[in-house]
Amino acid sequence: MIESMIQFILAGLTSGAIYALVGLGFSIIYNASHVINFAQGEFIVIGGMSTVALMAAGVPLPLAIVLATLVTMLVGMALAKFAIQPAKDADVVALIIITIGASIFLRGVVQLVFGKDIHSLPAFSGETPLNLMGATLMPQSLWVMGISSALIVVIAWFFNATLAGKAMLATAYNALAARLMGVDTKWVLLSAFALSALLGAVGGIVVTPITFVSYESGIMLGLKGFSAAVLGGLGNGVGAVAGGLILGIVEALSAGYLSSAYKDAIAFIIILVVLVFRPNGLFGKKGIDRV
Amino acid sequence: MTSMLPPALQRHRGLIVLAAVIAVLPLALRNDYHYDVVINAGLNAIVVVGLNLLIGYAGQISLGHAAFFGLGAYASAILTTTYGWPALGAMAAGIAVVGILAYVIARPILRLKGHYLAMATLGIGVIISIVLNTEAQVTGGPDGMSAAPFTVLGYTFASEQSWYWLVGGALLLTVWLSTNLIDSPIGRALRALHGAEIGARVVGIDTTRYKVLIFVISAMFASFAGSLFAHHTPTVTPSILGFIKSVEFVVMAVFGGMASVMGSVVGAVIMTLLPNALAAFEDFEPIILGGIMMGTMIFMPKGLVPTIAKLLRRKETP
Amino acid sequence: MSLLKVTNLTKSFGGVSAIRDLSFTIEAGTIHSIIGPNGAGKTTLFNLITGVYTPSSGSVRFNDREVGGVEPHKLAELGMNRTFQNLQIFHNMSAVENVMVGAHLHLQKGLLHSMLRLPSLARSERETREQCWELMDFVGLAQYRHTEASAMSYGALKRLEIARALAAKPKLLLLDEPAAGLNDTETREVDEVIKRIAAQGITVVLVEHDMKMVMGISDHILVLDYGAKLAEGTPAQIRSNPDVIAAYLGTVG
Repeated sequence: MIESMIQFILAGLTSGAIYALVGLGFSIIYNASHVINFAQGEFIVIGGMSTVALMAAGVPLPLAIVLATLVTMLVGMALAKFAIQPAKDADVVALIIITIGASIFLRGVVQLVFGKDIHSLPAFSGETPLNLMGATLMPQSLWVMGISSALIVVIAWFFNATLAGKAMLATAYNALAARLMGVDTKWVLLSAFALSALLGAVGGIVVTPITFVSYESGIMLGLKGFSAAVLGGLGNGVGAVAGGLILGIVEALSAGYLSSAYKDAIAFIIILVVLVFRPNGLFGKKGIDRV
Repeated sequence: MTSMLPPALQRHRGLIVLAAVIAVLPLALRNDYHYDVVINAGLNAIVVVGLNLLIGYAGQISLGHAAFFGLGAYASAILTTTYGWPALGAMAAGIAVVGILAYVIARPILRLKGHYLAMATLGIGVIISIVLNTEAQVTGGPDGMSAAPFTVLGYTFASEQSWYWLVGGALLLTVWLSTNLIDSPIGRALRALHGAEIGARVVGIDTTRYKVLIFVISAMFASFAGSLFAHHTPTVTPSILGFIKSVEFVVMAVFGGMASVMGSVVGAVIMTLLPNALAAFEDFEPIILGGIMMGTMIFMPKGLVPTIAKLLRRKETP
Repeated sequence: MSLLKVTNLTKSFGGVSAIRDLSFTIEAGTIHSIIGPNGAGKTTLFNLITGVYTPSSGSVRFNDREVGGVEPHKLAELGMNRTFQNLQIFHNMSAVENVMVGAHLHLQKGLLHSMLRLPSLARSERETREQCWELMDFVGLAQYRHTEASAMSYGALKRLEIARALAAKPKLLLLDEPAAGLNDTETREVDEVIKRIAAQGITVVLVEHDMKMVMGISDHILVLDYGAKLAEGTPAQIRSNPDVIAAYLGTVG
């Protein structure tokens, strides 16, 4: 009994780690530009697919990972520069459509370049299952959780301890004031997208050995990552991470104990419940409207 | 020039043009395939006209409208096939159920704005599509199910030609009702709440009530179109209600022209015809679709019809 | 019985009191001005009366009915209407449609009637349009009868908002800085409009900085400072009140 619960929780932590990375990416971009980047899921796919392609071309895994991440970051910055920046004064509906359009566009490119097949990567340190308190754990899951945690710590350090990170946070609070203080908000936008792309790419690469990747994988992951960000409070990085982990665990437990058919619905039910009852998420603050 | 017409004709000049096009178009349609495409364009147009009332005129957003379309389709399919209901009865029941569901959803959700509203509607759409996909016993699951033939007062709409006239008539009715609504106190209230919500409230407009009203109306139009679709298409599958389909409807509205009934029709027709015209470039379809979405919002944010109308107006005045 | 009675009204945001223990009354049929330095709480007071903000404590009674915290659209039903300092014009509609929205509460607006455009609705629309054109004439916007709101100047739009508020047939009309951003000619026109409105029996309350207008037009003036009442009285009384002069007026010209 306990073993299966631990099993579910471990599975939940693994997927939750990915949701956390995607959600964190959402938060970073939202903070820098008040844009919800519907193309976030595509960064995962591009990261995973590029690694697969590079390895098929003979590049060793570690180098492939680095190159694939860089490619994804470039894609992210191109998205920021060519699709988001020209429309920065547009209204919310327009921005939503632009990023959805971008995600469809990127998906089309991936489909053209990499085909429609499902691909996988070899597990980083083999396939021998580990035994943890009676539950089995794939070593790749440890890679997922470990690398995600490391990335999150680095991001946290970046925002709290470096000047560049603080500049980005300042822009999130008050873009005009930040600009007046000399912060280049265009650079902030590009960096935000580059960082989110990095998070997505690494997440995608590290989870591909477990879940495989295809041109369609990005949609659901993106939406679930958004659910994580909303759950934690849009714009709150720590919240997004917490939201991702909670989502992963709740999903796994419901799939295990209730019904696996409705597993995907969990994320959306969470979105609805949060938005209706507590739109600022678990960790967000209530806003005041000034007329 | 056109402002010399009596007000009723002035208001409905788009409708008149559309009626003329519908009357004349069959001359250009060579085979059943052509008819099929045009009929689907017409059904999409009905959905988009209703959706545009919500997005373009009232300034809200819905990324889940395909769910209402799909619910109408499934209502017709299930009630006519499994329970032997008459077609019109099933359609009416579908519209009623969708209306009630939309009403229940609308109140808590329309308090939200912008991104939050978009995501809430998306969530609802996805949940509904997952349910319909999963409850295979009732809905046939991913393989879907069929609806009985569309029979009204003893006459069965079987040929593509008869469907053409049916859908054409339904579209004209939709456009007529919508145009009337926009040029009425309710329509002005909707446009007002989009233009300056606080300004609308202080003159006595209960903005929440109007948002809910237009959400329900647009959902009911979608259900209506969905029911017709179910009777026309061989099989109703869950793919018609997913997120992608909802996005397609929004793109049609946005591309054709928000706050423009004719724009909705034009947008639906073009975006329905496009994949068929580009059949050779099927692999490029998402790239083209995504490109259109981004390009329109960056370069032509008002949409095709209003932008063209503005250009024409500028040419008239020297 | 006063038309508007404010008693011990207080509004705090976080730890800051924007309005502190304010009490005053407004009699029907008067032109009443609220003045005070920037930050004195005038717009907050307006927002409290018109339902945009909810009072932290105290009461606002309109026609002997408690209205503190009541939604703006319900206040419109009770006969209260207002204009905005920062304009809440519907830029997506024509000028006359803006005014017609003001008349919303009095219009035939059944859903079926609208969608089917039944004769009663068509007639109501025609009549309303005529009446709203007349309202535009009344506030001096006759030349804009067939213009889009987006094509009108700021000064014209301020008067359009007044026409819209009048279309609602209010008993109490609150004007938030109606002369702000206007030149001398436009200010004089607004002055005339307000006098004409009061002559129809509508009670007018305005927040204003233009002292010449305030002194010339008001029956009664309320002076706010730091969210509390500094003084109230007729223009003559206020002009010679030493506290008011010290805090706000300086030497009056």
